[in-house]
Amino acid sequence: MMEITEGSHAVAEAVKFCRPQVIAAYPITPQTHIVEALAEYVANCELDAEYITVENEFSALSACIGASAAGSRTYSATTSQGLALMFEVCFNVAGMRLPIVMSIANRALGAPLSIWNDQQDSISLRDSGWLQFYAEDNQEATDLHYIAYRVAEESSVLLPAFVCFDGFILSHTYEPIDMLTQDDIDRFLPKYTPSERLDAADPISFGMYATPEYYHEFRYEMDRALKESKAIIHKAGKEFGQMFGRDYSAMVEGYRLEDAETAIVALGSICGTTKDAIDEMRDEGKKVGLLKIRVFRPFPTEDVAKALLHVKRVAVLDKNISLGAKGAVTLEVKDALYNSGIPVKGYIIGLGGRDVRKKDIKEIVALVEKGQGDMFYGLRTEVL
Amino acid sequence: MRELRIHGRGGQGSVTAAELIAIAAFEGGVFAQAFPAFGVERRGAPVQAFVRFDDKIIRKRSQVYEPDYIIVQDSTLIKDVNVFQGVKKGGIVIVNTERVPDFKVPEGVKLITIDATSIALKAIGLPITNTSLMGAFAAATGEIKFSALEHALNHRFPKELAINNIEAARQAYDRVKGAA
Amino acid sequence: MALAVGCRARPGKSRDNKTGSWRVFKPVFDREKCTQCGLCMTLCPEGCVHETEEGFVAPDYTYCKGCGICAEECPGTAIAMKQEEK
Repeated sequence: MMEITEGSHAVAEAVKFCRPQVIAAYPITPQTHIVEALAEYVANCELDAEYITVENEFSALSACIGASAAGSRTYSATTSQGLALMFEVCFNVAGMRLPIVMSIANRALGAPLSIWNDQQDSISLRDSGWLQFYAEDNQEATDLHYIAYRVAEESSVLLPAFVCFDGFILSHTYEPIDMLTQDDIDRFLPKYTPSERLDAADPISFGMYATPEYYHEFRYEMDRALKESKAIIHKAGKEFGQMFGRDYSAMVEGYRLEDAETAIVALGSICGTTKDAIDEMRDEGKKVGLLKIRVFRPFPTEDVAKALLHVKRVAVLDKNISLGAKGAVTLEVKDALYNSGIPVKGYIIGLGGRDVRKKDIKEIVALVEKGQGDMFYGLRTEVL
Repeated sequence: MRELRIHGRGGQGSVTAAELIAIAAFEGGVFAQAFPAFGVERRGAPVQAFVRFDDKIIRKRSQVYEPDYIIVQDSTLIKDVNVFQGVKKGGIVIVNTERVPDFKVPEGVKLITIDATSIALKAIGLPITNTSLMGAFAAATGEIKFSALEHALNHRFPKELAINNIEAARQAYDRVKGAA
Repeated sequence: MALAVGCRARPGKSRDNKTGSWRVFKPVFDREKCTQCGLCMTLCPEGCVHETEEGFVAPDYTYCKGCGICAEECPGTAIAMKQEEK
């Protein structure tokens, strides 16, 4: 049923439908309303879960490790410095192959202190072994949680997942969403039944010591599982589409891309504004299209290459910067199109909450047509 | 697409106003989107909130630069912030003030002033003007029905608070309707 | 041996590693002087000091590395470290 609700609350409701058994979260800044709403569900007995408030995000995710290893479906949410504080734990979660799902309401990292949106937080954890989904709108932000649990808990995957949605731009936005029901999700998402779990009667340790003879292979196995999860994402996304009408089988999605000469590549909420800008440019006769990347880890290299092989030029929008190099998405797209001869230019945009408008998208298209790029877009040179 | 920009100060309920207007508009059968633009997190600091209305799904996520409607919760903001910037010709500006306006809105823009603070103080007992201004907005623009606003307020606030806020909204609504 | 997913392991692996062969000095327990306070059992890093059937304490030389902590911590002088002939 369509209802109008705030992004954070919609995500909290979606998480409730996933029936997490343990939720651990740090409830103070930079937290969103998600965990506040979940705490209410638990207090009102609408959700049968153990809710653990802890002293910081490091502990939040550490508590999730214990709970997940004990066999519970486990959830947390954070953003920005909170995620940065989880850095070490994120690697442990992935290495122990625990399918924890975490919502990231993307925000900038300090210093300087910023409470506003960009995607530096989750992008900075791209090498940690977590799957990374990015939502364009709040509909996707809710739906991707169901998909994330399905994929993460699959026995051939057993890796954790971030569901990323832009802080404020989505998390604090009221908009209409088709909310599914508990019955719907019970049909889509089976109970989590791990093959191994912590059990005092049958002891086992997670994440033991790996000497140089083994560590290399452990990392290889994680990489392989992440790459092979592409097929699982496809299957789960397709099944979701068959059940509820919204197909998430593709990891990338084209918009007016079939005959495009200039392609814009982006992830997250910026795709919406970009689509509006593309419609206006199309009306002016410009052949522009969008390739939206929904899954950043595993990176859909082949899908990106296939979708872009016919275009003349590519402009990649990055709400992050690998300082001293380029935007993370740009680097991946350049890799995907290596040897194709198609010029790929990157544009750093919207850092720390800088608003991105249709006119900015149009200016970026004009820049890539002139071959100018690999730059910070829209710098206020008067303050430099 | 029509767009509304609300100017207020932290604590005056600008964000809540945007949310409730969007909820009421959605009940009226249009797509709506409401979101805030926070400045520094501090009570009294200038805050903006935005609402979009359209017959189709709204994909645009940038802030509102050329609004059809503007609500100014606190007329003292007019000195500090260019609150009328970008307003469209034929647009409507609603300003909370008890005085005869000593400011000018751009040409071709309709100005409605209302003493929302007095209405709020009488009906709610607090100088929180957002619900009165929502009533004024409903009357001035027709984007939302008063009954839908009433539902939204009933849904958001506990019973007595809802009754008082609906009363504030109704007084402002009647005043603007009466003046038209 | 195939890798266990998530580097998971059953307990008891240290039993396979018979660390007694590392020893140079061997703790020798004097029953006459021992008050059976149990401190050596608590403090042995290998956990190899145990209570015998007769009610005395003794190290398990299969695992005892000869670190000497028991001798150092014994409140009396019941444990002496003696070089082993191999």
